[in-house]
Amino acid sequence: MGVIIIDLVLFGFLVLAALAILRLTNLFAVTMLAGLFSLLAASLFITLDAVDVAFTEAAVGAGISTVLMLGALALTTREEKTLATRRAFVPLICCLVTGAALIYGTFDMPAFGAADAPVHTHVGGEYLQRTKPDTGIPNVVTAVLASYRGFDTLGETTVIFVAAISVLLLLGFPNRANRRKQDEDEA
Amino acid sequence: MHHHLILRVVAKLLLPFILLYALYVQWHGDYGPGGGFQAGVIFAVGFVLYALVYGVDELTRILPRPVLITGMIAGVILYAGTGLVGLFQGLTFLDYNGLAADSRHGQEWGILLVELGVGITVASSMTAIFVAFATREPDIDDEDW
Repeated sequence: MGVIIIDLVLFGFLVLAALAILRLTNLFAVTMLAGLFSLLAASLFITLDAVDVAFTEAAVGAGISTVLMLGALALTTREEKTLATRRAFVPLICCLVTGAALIYGTFDMPAFGAADAPVHTHVGGEYLQRTKPDTGIPNVVTAVLASYRGFDTLGETTVIFVAAISVLLLLGFPNRANRRKQDEDEA
Repeated sequence: MHHHLILRVVAKLLLPFILLYALYVQWHGDYGPGGGFQAGVIFAVGFVLYALVYGVDELTRILPRPVLITGMIAGVILYAGTGLVGLFQGLTFLDYNGLAADSRHGQEWGILLVELGVGITVASSMTAIFVAFATREPDIDDEDW
């Protein structure tokens, strides 16, 4: 019962934060609310016992991406430019139909924590059994991430590297000393 | 920047604990939640806090741009290099069994090194992206604020 109340409160605030982000035009407030949204999502992951995911969500979503958004905000205006609103019925109907279809789809999902759910009947159990004898590492998530699925994680690390290089290429990453020299040359 | 006395003192007090916590998350990822990715982000956040309080120039003084770029590359190379060791030992790519005398210790070593590579790449990338954003001059007029 207590868990249901916690879930309801967290989901309620999650929806409120999303609605507030939609309505507000002050981008600073929107950035802060987006950080709050991530923190609420992280709390929900904790109630699902997914601590590794919650940790990542809190560190990346609520922490560093809020800072990076603020950094981007310093380069642009603080107020969102609002366009003249007009009623858009077709997009509204599209959203409602898609949302209804998604909710209808959840009726076929197995109950939360059910032992015969597909996620528990395939490789999941095997990982849980084999991790300790294979690697001697108590945290199965780490073992799956770095050893059993090492290729995926190598790919993810390369994606981060390439993404960072792309951002640096777009924004420019000149060495401070070189830039001063350039400025002096131009002067 | 010189008038935020409380911020400056508190930031300096917090910084060692943030970095220590990042290292804990890095090396303790085998036993509890966490790992290279989260540790890298927390490590970067420590330096971002330093830059927010003391200015980006101070950050680039202790972490010059070439160091950040080298870190980004070194992490990926450490990860892929750990995988290549297995290849040279006649095993498959990213097979850590041969890294130590018995396969379980090999796995522990492999996961430790691989997570360290992830951590270094993530920490350098996040810090570098922050520096790139923070040192860019705004193109926008003051009136648009």
